[in-house]
Amino acid sequence: MNPFAAIGRGTFALLAEIGAMSLFALRGTFSWASGPFYAREFFSAALRIGFNSLPVVGLTAIFTGAALALNIYDGSLRFNAETFLPQILSVSIVRELGPGFAALMVAGRSSSGMAAELGAMRVSDQIDAMSTLAVDPFKYLISPRILATTIMMPFIVLVADLIGILGGWMVAVFALDFEGATYIRNIDQFLTAEDVGSGLIKAGVFGFLIAVMGCYHGYKSRGGAQGVGAATRSAVVASAVAILASNYVMTSLFVDF
Amino acid sequence: MTGTPKISIRALRKSFGSKSVLQGLDLDIEEGTSLVIIGGSGTGKSVLLKCVLGLIPPDSGEILIDGVNILKLSSFERARRTREIGMLFQGSALFDSYNVWENVAFRLIHGEGKGRGAAREKAVECLAKVGLAADVGDLQPSELSGGMQKRVALARAIAADPKVLFFDEPTTGLDPITADVINRLIIERVKALGATAISITHDMGSARRIADHIAMIFDGRIIWRGRADEVGASGNPYVDQFVNGRAEGPIKMALRAD
Repeated sequence: MNPFAAIGRGTFALLAEIGAMSLFALRGTFSWASGPFYAREFFSAALRIGFNSLPVVGLTAIFTGAALALNIYDGSLRFNAETFLPQILSVSIVRELGPGFAALMVAGRSSSGMAAELGAMRVSDQIDAMSTLAVDPFKYLISPRILATTIMMPFIVLVADLIGILGGWMVAVFALDFEGATYIRNIDQFLTAEDVGSGLIKAGVFGFLIAVMGCYHGYKSRGGAQGVGAATRSAVVASAVAILASNYVMTSLFVDF
Repeated sequence: MTGTPKISIRALRKSFGSKSVLQGLDLDIEEGTSLVIIGGSGTGKSVLLKCVLGLIPPDSGEILIDGVNILKLSSFERARRTREIGMLFQGSALFDSYNVWENVAFRLIHGEGKGRGAAREKAVECLAKVGLAADVGDLQPSELSGGMQKRVALARAIAADPKVLFFDEPTTGLDPITADVINRLIIERVKALGATAISITHDMGSARRIADHIAMIFDGRIIWRGRADEVGASGNPYVDQFVNGRAEGPIKMALRAD
């Protein structure tokens, strides 16, 4: 076995997969434009992905904020900078950890959910059946999910930001003897709209990636229960990697002014 | 019979990887007739139907509906032509997130933009045509037996009065009595619609009952075609082996799925 051939084959397969995913994403994003737009499907996806994610995202955010407060305090104490805790904590959360953790949680919840649902529909011929009933599965199944996740994700992240900051505040006030009102005032004076806005833009991109990965792997799944399991796994792994990679790219664009 | 056939298939080829499933298949179906395609598992029967429906793109060949090669049309035009085909899937393929009447009315509501009220009326009408009472409409597909699911799927396939109906293994997995009920419903509904029907099956009882013509597929080609009552005396050793269900003969069953 020629190792160069193996590397080449692997590279081509990867490129082909990325190409197929891009075409899928393009078609999935714009197929509704030629009508009809299935508003019911869109709102039900928005409710399922957005509203129902809030408990798990909130829990993640509050513990992240709390742990972060302790770490920042401990670290900044070494050069007597502990009074900057509120500022460092809030900027870390709104720019990086709020969007990142919320997206990873939603990826675990919704990307896998979409892959499993569409995968089960695929292997039981429901997607083919839909085509024979004069309904385009891209318009009915894919577009509503991609649009709903992309639009809902910034709202989820805004909530995660607030709860994360609250988690840090609770630790700072109850364990580290910060004064509650001053703490809030410091954050208010320090944070800029760009800090929060860049996090929300990230959130939209993450939402798009989560939905595309979930739908793509579900839509293309093959071969019964095992195939659906594999699709679910691939969806979660692919969306997590896509989130982290795109996060770096976007961060480097945002901080480079 | 004169005029152009409803559906003509010319030299159709389709491979998946290194495995060629359809190897230059030719087939004509006259309007208003019922053709049953028989053949072993994995001989390309389902792939053939999916190619005609536009669900799988063939590698080469022609598929003519009313004399027009649909493979040459834009995807929008092709979808408009294949829309007049109703399909009954092997596993029924009912949408498990909707109840029974919403399944039957799915095309009317989501494909044709009909109001839910009118669509529901039509759904109940279609359920009655397959012998199901209106209150079945409120059940979930998972609450139904396999035979009942088949009936609902048949009601869904005929809801938009299609001119062509495809049946993929309509009686597989059903007990003989339920299978007979489904066969009778298929004959009845196809006749009532004046539709052209293509069924694929390996249930010879079902094939004899619902077919005007029978064609046998083997190795990705049609190797025999004739009237349904001729199938027992075809003089073709492949058909004989299949019809009589013998392990010995020219057809060697592959033991592996690939």
